[in-house]
Amino acid sequence: MIKVKKQKETKAPKPVKQPLKKRWADFWERNRKSENYLLKKKIAGFFYRLCRGILIFGLCFLILQPLLTKISLSFMEEQDLYDSTVISIPRHFSVSSYQLAWKMLKGLKAFGISLLISLLVAIAQVISCTLVGYGFARFKFPLKNFWFACVILVIIVPPQTLFAPLYIWFSKFDIFGIIKLIKGESLTLLGSLWPYVIMCLGCAGYKSGLYIYLLRQHFRNEPKELEEAAYVDGCSRMRTFVQILLPGATPILTSCFLFSFVWQWTDVTYSRIFFTISSGWYTVTNGLKGLVENLDAYFKTIYGQSFKITSALGNQVLSTGMLMAIIPLLCIYVFAQKNFVESLSSTGIKG
Amino acid sequence: MSAAAKSVDSKPKKRKDLARGNAIAGYLFISPFIIGFLVFLVYPLAQSLYMSFCQTDLGDGITYTWKGLEHYRYLFLSDPDYTKLLLQELQKMAIYVPSILVFSFFMAILLNQEFKGRTFVRAVYFLPVILASGVMIGLETNNSLLAGMQDVIAKDNTATSITQTLKDILLTGENGNKFFETIIDIVDQVYDIAIASGIQIIIFLSGLQTISPSMYEAATIEGCTAWESFWKITFPMISSLILVNVVYSVVDFFTRSDSALMEKVSDTMMVDFNFGRTAAMSWIYFVIIIAILGIVSLVISKRVYYYD
Repeated sequence: MIKVKKQKETKAPKPVKQPLKKRWADFWERNRKSENYLLKKKIAGFFYRLCRGILIFGLCFLILQPLLTKISLSFMEEQDLYDSTVISIPRHFSVSSYQLAWKMLKGLKAFGISLLISLLVAIAQVISCTLVGYGFARFKFPLKNFWFACVILVIIVPPQTLFAPLYIWFSKFDIFGIIKLIKGESLTLLGSLWPYVIMCLGCAGYKSGLYIYLLRQHFRNEPKELEEAAYVDGCSRMRTFVQILLPGATPILTSCFLFSFVWQWTDVTYSRIFFTISSGWYTVTNGLKGLVENLDAYFKTIYGQSFKITSALGNQVLSTGMLMAIIPLLCIYVFAQKNFVESLSSTGIKG
Repeated sequence: MSAAAKSVDSKPKKRKDLARGNAIAGYLFISPFIIGFLVFLVYPLAQSLYMSFCQTDLGDGITYTWKGLEHYRYLFLSDPDYTKLLLQELQKMAIYVPSILVFSFFMAILLNQEFKGRTFVRAVYFLPVILASGVMIGLETNNSLLAGMQDVIAKDNTATSITQTLKDILLTGENGNKFFETIIDIVDQVYDIAIASGIQIIIFLSGLQTISPSMYEAATIEGCTAWESFWKITFPMISSLILVNVVYSVVDFFTRSDSALMEKVSDTMMVDFNFGRTAAMSWIYFVIIIAILGIVSLVISKRVYYYD
């Protein structure tokens, strides 16, 4: 891994601060000598930094603003929503929208299922993609370029193209008729976790191609001498991989794991085809999608059919639900921010 | 054959053994991918291609009836939405991808400079990659019940945005033309663009960090201005990453699940259970993506400069 390290500036012992008046005079003296060049440069530099600061932090605010609005919105009581004098700080503090959203998302069970799926998927994906990435990075074999082109193809194919066949495939799962021979009928894997695990182990999960690409990039940059030394000492290929290369790859493995976890957590396309409604499996994101309709139905059962929820309340509960779904991700991001950002930039992606 | 010749022969043979061992090991390592690729990509792709020419009936199992090009004919000639949505999608892409590229390149250059709070700013810019993925991004606009209610709100909403006012001023003048409108549209969508360019910024940043500072130093000593050194050093050095980013942006744009077209595809399958038409829709989409990617990478890769 080649990293351009920041050169540490050797800190010179701090010069004794001269009185302000003296420095001021000194500055004007130098300015006069350089025919006002110094002053112009200082002013231009200052304006440049000011503009840059405004631009950068303004855009930061732009990105964070929806999140902040959601947070402030989620703590309001219903009457605050209609009060035009209340903008960002709630006058009547309440957590009732959290209770509603928790109830609508079917709380604990949905979060548990989401967690389970995301963990399973992340683990399966990291295992298979690491093996494949290492294979591509280190071994020479016939048709290597062809297979790597296939990896790129996996990245490019939109998952939507495969929906219909996959749906059928998993509803009547069978491998060359073997299972039918043993059990008498083919398996229905829809509505269970198996499609996820099988697909991820086969490197065909969500964005698997990207992880293979990243891991290959990482292993290619490791020094070859490490393995050669191990081979000379009579270490087998698998053992070399597990004992020598894997420990060094922990940062990139963690970030692949995190990416996989996070993207699976927010994914809704796969769970929409794999989990049929009757199966009793539902994820947080699935719940979010139908949250407002559920809320409407819920209030109708309480207050009768004529009741209609207002858009403000629907919006509020939805945004609270989104916040709740996001909170785990935010926690992960705050603690592992470095893993997400640095690992990507240090793999040295090349065209 | 004499003994001496044999001993000479044995050396290449050993190397061959090693090469073969490596080849076998390599195949073993990538075998999960090969199996997965064949089972979950090639087979379904082939099946969906076949399906797109057939009428599928879900009964006890699935029956296929060969219909030829009927689905394609229907989609292009009689379906009221499909071609419209497709064109919209392409139009959007033509604006989106270049603006994402320019934006992320610009931001990467800014973020590569030294200033206070840089780590924080980087963290914020990367945040959308985590949070705005999957359903999160389209949730507020795609919700059917809410959308209906929001229309009502929008009608009696008298508040105007700054860009709207600016647009009015600019467009009522003599220079009101299509070009201005496009620019204003882009400015209006700066939030969407900022959200979609997290990964691209990181990729550009990683490229910028590999350019050695001594190059700039040499250029400055030779009397190169910052503007010149940007076009003569930074731009060529990073050009290979432009290709990567174009491909990534295009793929990312097409595969996001919140577009109206994807909704339609998904609904045709899960609501109407018309698998044949779904397959036909996705195949048209897929072929278009491949064509765009092919053209774009062909055009760009000729201009890319590789340093090493």
